[in-house]
Amino acid sequence: MDSSSDLQLTANDGHAIVLTLVSALLAVLVDLAPGVALAWLLARKTWPGKSIVETLVALPLVLPPVATGLLLLDLLAHNGPLGGVVDVVFTWKAVAVAMAVMSFPFIVRGARLAFEAAGDRPEQVAATLGASPLRVFFSISLPISWRGITAGAVMACARALGEFGAVVLVAGNIPGVTATISTTMYNDILTGHDEHALLLAAISIALAFALILTGEQLLRRALP
Amino acid sequence: MTSRLALRQVEIGLGAFHLAIDVELQTGCVGIFGPSGAGKTTLVEIIAGLRHARKGHIALDEDVLADVENRKWIPPHLRRIGYVPQDLALFPHLNVRGNILYGAPKTVDVSEPSFDSLIEILGLEALLDRRIAALSGGERQRVALARALNAKPRLLLLDEPLTGLDQDRKDNVLEYLRLLRQRWSVPMIYISHQADEMADLCDEILVIRDGKLVVRGRAADIFEPAERPAWRLKRTLCVSPEQEHVERA
Repeated sequence: MDSSSDLQLTANDGHAIVLTLVSALLAVLVDLAPGVALAWLLARKTWPGKSIVETLVALPLVLPPVATGLLLLDLLAHNGPLGGVVDVVFTWKAVAVAMAVMSFPFIVRGARLAFEAAGDRPEQVAATLGASPLRVFFSISLPISWRGITAGAVMACARALGEFGAVVLVAGNIPGVTATISTTMYNDILTGHDEHALLLAAISIALAFALILTGEQLLRRALP
Repeated sequence: MTSRLALRQVEIGLGAFHLAIDVELQTGCVGIFGPSGAGKTTLVEIIAGLRHARKGHIALDEDVLADVENRKWIPPHLRRIGYVPQDLALFPHLNVRGNILYGAPKTVDVSEPSFDSLIEILGLEALLDRRIAALSGGERQRVALARALNAKPRLLLLDEPLTGLDQDRKDNVLEYLRLLRQRWSVPMIYISHQADEMADLCDEILVIRDGKLVVRGRAADIFEPAERPAWRLKRTLCVSPEQEHVERA
């Protein structure tokens, strides 16, 4: 790229933008059901090993993303424990997997805080009104806590959009295949195309802004 | 309509607090009276199935609800015991109609109280499409009562349902409770630490203190007339001047 073409988007950039968006949304969708269910269990129940699960879930928040990526790579590599089951390393699916792992704590945390804030009284009363535990969960727990769950999902999606360290280790940085906005920016900086990196940074900011704004609008509409 | 509720050697420990009750009630309207922390709410939560007793046997009429020794425990959604907690716990995402209909039997049920008669008696016609956040304290209390009764409970547990209401609203809701009793004689257990409410409403009153049943009897056996409130615990039933201050307040 010469300096004038630094301000133009290439086909690979388009692929990176679409891959980033689709993978981030997919990661949140995949995380949502197990994340919310786990959050409810953490908020409401006492069970053996609970504190270990709590710690494991929070680990991606504090570990360097590269360390999480390395662990994922060891797990998913051809000779790793899961390598024989799923073949995703250095494919676009690995991007979604890395994003899902990194954003999972945000979903669990948002949903757990929402369940705790709602308290268990409405669920208990619903049970005394004849509702089965499953009906209580879907008709009371989820609707009452959905604002917190949505907030957690928005944060998780924002986190996934910007993920770099774990993605680059598990999926690589192959232009037009596994390169995301973040990894393409990194390439640009390494090769001296700072203006193109800034263009992608501007697109990142616009995407994050639109995502958070949409989330805020959703939450505002849900206010009683 | 009365029910027979048997609580046999029911025990539960919550930290330093220990509740131990052995009593059989013919419930028309039974009051459970006692100071804060006496174990009243814990007791109704055990009856509703929201807490597990450590020991004991609980039966409503012929149905065993819990028998710790024989590992029998009926979950709350199968007990048909209505519960109105102190904080009411109305469902904020549903409107008044949605709240009242939440526990309505799924099969066609022509038994009283019907939805329409509940709405009429409790004066809720104009509120049916309102959001819960838009209701006053007294209106919320009436919605919580209607919601519990519309599920056709065999027994209704009311845990200090008038807490937080000013005297006018209390009188208003008490009047509704009297009407409900007159109209359908729903068996009730009414928890309060207000002697006035109990004397007004209950056929029999149990006084609980520190997790133990102290005395049971009719309102006239338990309370004595006073000026404000109109009734208070008899001096002879107070164990110490400090508790007298609390329990007669």
